Amino acid sequence: FRDSMTALPSQVVPGADPSTRQLCFAWGPAEVLVCETLFGRRGGSSSRGEGELPPGAATRSADPVCCIADSRDGGSGSSHVFVVRKDQDVYIQTLRKLFNESHGIFIGLQRSEEELAGKSRKAQLVQVSKNYRSVIRACMEDMHQAAISTREPALQSQYSTQVSILSAMELIWNLCEILFVEAAAAGPLLLRLLDWVRLHVCDVDNMVREVLSSENPSKHELFWNVVDVFVLQGRMDEARHLLSKEASANPTSMNMYKILDDLMKKMPMPSLGNTQTLTEMELKWQHWHEECQRYLQDGTFASSSHMESICKILLGDEDAILEKKELMTTWYHFLVTRLLYSHPTVKPMELRFYAQACSRIIFIFSTSSMDLFLGGESSPEPLDTILMAAFEFEMHQVIKECSIALSNWWFVAHLTDLLDHCKLLQSHNLYFGSNMREFLLLEYASGLFSHHSLWQLGVDYFDHCPEYGRVYLELHIERIPLNTEQKALKVLRICEQRQMHEQVRSICKIMAMKALRNNRLGSALSWSIRAKDAAFATLISDRFLKDYCERGCFSDLDLIDNLGPSMLLSDRLTFLGKYREFHRLYGEKRFSEAARLLLMLMTAHIAPCSFWMTLLTDALPLLEQKEVIFSAEQTYELMRCLEDLTAGKSDKQKFQDDDVETMKVEMLRLALARNLARVIVKEGTLEGS
Amino acid sequence: QDNRISIWSVGDLGNAGLNNEYQGEPQLLCDIRHNGDVMDMQFLDQERIVVASSTGTVTVFRHHQNNQTLSANQRWEKAHYHVDQDTCSGGAACTGVICSNPEIVSVGEDGRINLFRADQKDAVRTIDNADSSTLHAVTFLRTTEILTVNSIGQLKIWDFRQQRNEPSQIFSLTGDRVPLHCVDRHPNQQHIVATGGQDGMLSIWDIRQGTIPVSLLNAHEAEMWEVHFHPSNPDHLFTCSEDGSLWHWDASADVSEKPSFLHQGGRSTTYFSHNAINQSVVSAWLSNDPTKDRMEITNLIPNQTLSVNSLDVLGPCLVYGTDAEAIYVNRQLFA
Repeated sequence: FRDSMTALPSQVVPGADPSTRQLCFAWGPAEVLVCETLFGRRGGSSSRGEGELPPGAATRSADPVCCIADSRDGGSGSSHVFVVRKDQDVYIQTLRKLFNESHGIFIGLQRSEEELAGKSRKAQLVQVSKNYRSVIRACMEDMHQAAISTREPALQSQYSTQVSILSAMELIWNLCEILFVEAAAAGPLLLRLLDWVRLHVCDVDNMVREVLSSENPSKHELFWNVVDVFVLQGRMDEARHLLSKEASANPTSMNMYKILDDLMKKMPMPSLGNTQTLTEMELKWQHWHEECQRYLQDGTFASSSHMESICKILLGDEDAILEKKELMTTWYHFLVTRLLYSHPTVKPMELRFYAQACSRIIFIFSTSSMDLFLGGESSPEPLDTILMAAFEFEMHQVIKECSIALSNWWFVAHLTDLLDHCKLLQSHNLYFGSNMREFLLLEYASGLFSHHSLWQLGVDYFDHCPEYGRVYLELHIERIPLNTEQKALKVLRICEQRQMHEQVRSICKIMAMKALRNNRLGSALSWSIRAKDAAFATLISDRFLKDYCERGCFSDLDLIDNLGPSMLLSDRLTFLGKYREFHRLYGEKRFSEAARLLLMLMTAHIAPCSFWMTLLTDALPLLEQKEVIFSAEQTYELMRCLEDLTAGKSDKQKFQDDDVETMKVEMLRLALARNLARVIVKEGTLEGS
Repeated sequence: QDNRISIWSVGDLGNAGLNNEYQGEPQLLCDIRHNGDVMDMQFLDQERIVVASSTGTVTVFRHHQNNQTLSANQRWEKAHYHVDQDTCSGGAACTGVICSNPEIVSVGEDGRINLFRADQKDAVRTIDNADSSTLHAVTFLRTTEILTVNSIGQLKIWDFRQQRNEPSQIFSLTGDRVPLHCVDRHPNQQHIVATGGQDGMLSIWDIRQGTIPVSLLNAHEAEMWEVHFHPSNPDHLFTCSEDGSLWHWDASADVSEKPSFLHQGGRSTTYFSHNAINQSVVSAWLSNDPTKDRMEITNLIPNQTLSVNSLDVLGPCLVYGTDAEAIYVNRQLFA
């Protein structure tokens, strides 16, 4: 973590050469577009003209992701457009588990019962925090496995970096859980901190394992180191166990050993249950402390420097503890050890003073020899700043520092949300209205949307941002690429569940247009039905009718014959369905029904005017039948329709009409007249009414 | 995008713990890169898997069990395409695939039906423009007949013995033409077919009679992605949906009719009474009388969040996958 997180004030976009061209940029929902302009560099540079990204964007790792092909050639060479994406972490394969699992925990937390008060609510929140941590650890484990098993050195170093980042995240989260979520009180606080140290300072584990597994531990050269480690971490029983081995090997120091062992056994520790009050514990501890003091001053341990230093540590002697800095490796280990042996009943609010006292010695624990050489205080590493802020109970500072140090929003978003549920963050209103929790969640979810499949997680996060979540979702959801129908259906379902009607219409239109272009008329219709888009249904019906006019037969009969209630979506569609029905009736020789339908199509104005000629032409064979089909009334109606149609045409159109058109009209008039004649006769005779 | 086909081992089948003990995580045995989204897949035989891709390609992978690797055995590129097979961007997603060794049938967003034979380079039969809308799923009805469902709510039977490119029968929903997404046929009684729709409705059809469903069951709140009859206990049906739930439909006969020693916690006891209730299976799915044969419906997912996209069931095992990038295995389905 220390080595990888050097704060970058800016990062250059490779390939964008600011010395020759001025660059311009534009913000997108998840990306920044940077492009070269026509303008060359003038003398003098504006504050942001160096091809560097503005500082706000560059605190994330901003790597150019792709380079869109040049827009024009010639002139002063081709130009490029760069797409700069902020959140590269989203694409790390092994972190996907982290995002998915934490999403589940997040949703569970949002849905959990608010009515539980007091202890049970706190226990619930602590459990949530533990779940988050176990997900981080699982991810760390996977990443570690990947690092070991991969053969590419570049990948290996990337994985190892990730492991150390995750480990640092878990360290910080654990401390926040102890101090903020669980808000351990004096007494249990120290025990939790001891657990925390033991869990996370594991540089010494190898050494411990080596000594314990050796045949004769007391003869091992690192024996006393391991005993010291145990003492420093408050692992009294293990220390005593090891010491007993030494004692049996070295009978001369039996006396010293017995006293030391006794002291260690009697050391009062805070208890988790309610078996003793704080004052009782303090009293006992005071007595014990004085006893140790006496033994030290009497020179009981004078002959063994090791045991003497252990006794000094037990007394909380700062110098003695500092001597063992290689075994502690970190300043927070030193802090906790010192608390254990000088003030085990420390209250949470007092931690800050002890922590601040440590700040001057942080540099002692720095691994960089350069710092030691320089002698003075170097600037503390980001991790140290964050932990220090935590010890000082500056929650906002912790979040701020983490935001700067980490490369994506995952950590701060989830931690802040948890702290908000613990009701620990005052609604710290940022100047554009939403609070910090919402701001961080919005940023995190926006980052997810730039991923081709993790965007689904982002939706739920937006749902739980009351002020701006919906707006963000509306903007993002339209930009998800829809390469299969199934993906489109998922997006649509999300929009429909949230009553985002605009987006539903727009997505359905896109899918319908795509289908139409591919000649999938049935699919196009199905999309317009979903969106209840009458205009598009009209468009599709016109396509069908056009096809019919050109080819003389219908395509996709399975669709038109089975329109069902969706026929009513648009007039044109209804016409199409009914027209097809006319053809079917005609084919089944049910002429009078067909005739009735045909007439109805015209008189009820279901048919578009442009189609009337075709309909009238369709009426011709019916008129020419041996049997009279159209009644007098109907014939008059048909004639009226024909006259309406021809009257509507202007003189100029009539002049332009070719012979076919005029002949058609003539034929129709003739047929109608003949039919009228026959039907009058038929209806006039006695049988024919 | 990095999509992969993976094979996992879920531990010994015979090694079930005494008290539903946690068996340990599934182990990844091997995987191979796949071009495009995996829309559907099925085992062709013990070693070969047919996969349908969103690029329109149908691939047959072979799993070599001796060295635990996967290799692409055969590939039909551009099995599904829009307009012109030769243009590079014309691919249409292949939405469903069904196998009956050695035949493979695929359907896609281009409304096309392909019949392939494993080891034959070209398609045996292709029905272009079989449907004017997207075909969402396909399953075998008999050895030469298949069932397809499409996005205008139609269930069609196609007979490969016939040369004309028309369905031999068309069924459709009453009312709104809601798209149908999945179809499955009863393993023993071939006239019973179940389909799932975009509105989450489960329809049961009797294809011997009528053109409309026999029963409509209001099930999920969103698209039903898959429906499966249990292959050996067909009075159990499983459906999964976009709303994140997976339902187990238990239509076995009335519990009170069985002798008490066969009850196991009030749930299914089909292992014992399988033969006895075979006669009543007909009525179970086709019956319209809700009071007579009570159907037990259980949601198998306690905390539902994201969509359950796919499921499969065999014997006592149920496996399903969700949009939260997780796969769940239940090895004691009827316990």
